Amino acid sequence: MVLLTRKADFSASHFYWNDAWSPEENQRVFGKCANRNGHGHNYTLEVTVAGEIDPTSGFVVDLKQLKDILEQEVISVYDHRHLNYEVPEFKSAIPTTENIAIAIWRRLDGKIPNAKLHRVRVYEMPDLFADCYGVGK
Amino acid sequence: MRVELHRRYHLSASHRLHSDAYTLEQNRAVFGKCNNPYGHGHNYVIEVAMSGPVDPATGMMTNLADLDAFANKELIAHFDHQNLNTLADFQTLVPSTENLCIVVFGIFAQYPHARLERIRIEETGNNSFEYSGPAAP
Repeated sequence: MVLLTRKADFSASHFYWNDAWSPEENQRVFGKCANRNGHGHNYTLEVTVAGEIDPTSGFVVDLKQLKDILEQEVISVYDHRHLNYEVPEFKSAIPTTENIAIAIWRRLDGKIPNAKLHRVRVYEMPDLFADCYGVGK
Repeated sequence: MRVELHRRYHLSASHRLHSDAYTLEQNRAVFGKCNNPYGHGHNYVIEVAMSGPVDPATGMMTNLADLDAFANKELIAHFDHQNLNTLADFQTLVPSTENLCIVVFGIFAQYPHARLERIRIEETGNNSFEYSGPAAP
């Protein structure tokens, strides 16, 4: 079994807000991330898949195909978008780095031919990143 | 669901690798230029990996403001711009980055809001060390 990682970048805006709370509570918990006008990041996505090497091609997966899947399933939906307003999964979940990693796992799991999704890593910035290794049932 | 959150902290410190159990010649042979009597320094990058459930109300595993405040109080305030050899932790322990990993693991293991998975420390861009805690008995 071999692990293969492909990176992709997207830039998006977001803010943190829980409608069940008062504005003061949102401000206390989320600090400057609660600014309703939003702010943005250059995110880096690292997708790691696990699989066996095809003896004919020498590949675990076709990198071009993997790139196209990331583009179609994630980048075309997230890039240059406001995550809270324009990406459906964040109507019901706050777009924290943790939740973005979980959402991308759900978007990609089962979509990669001949390989198993192993890890989704999302960097909000170089010093902050979250990993998802699966979402269970 | 398995999610990890990673935060990187930066600290600059000096150290000298030297063991009283060795003769001067043995220290020079084992530690090379790291045994220079006046010490030398590094810009360390401390990468903390936490795990735990993501709170549906906040979308967070732990509030970064809490983790950062803990890191500033328990790590940065004690280690940044210090000579590691002078600190209590290293009176009988060579301040190698392996040992620094173990000491830093002991600090973040006390963090009350998430479970510490791993400490990874970059001593330079080319050297990094990881510690996941004592092996299970």
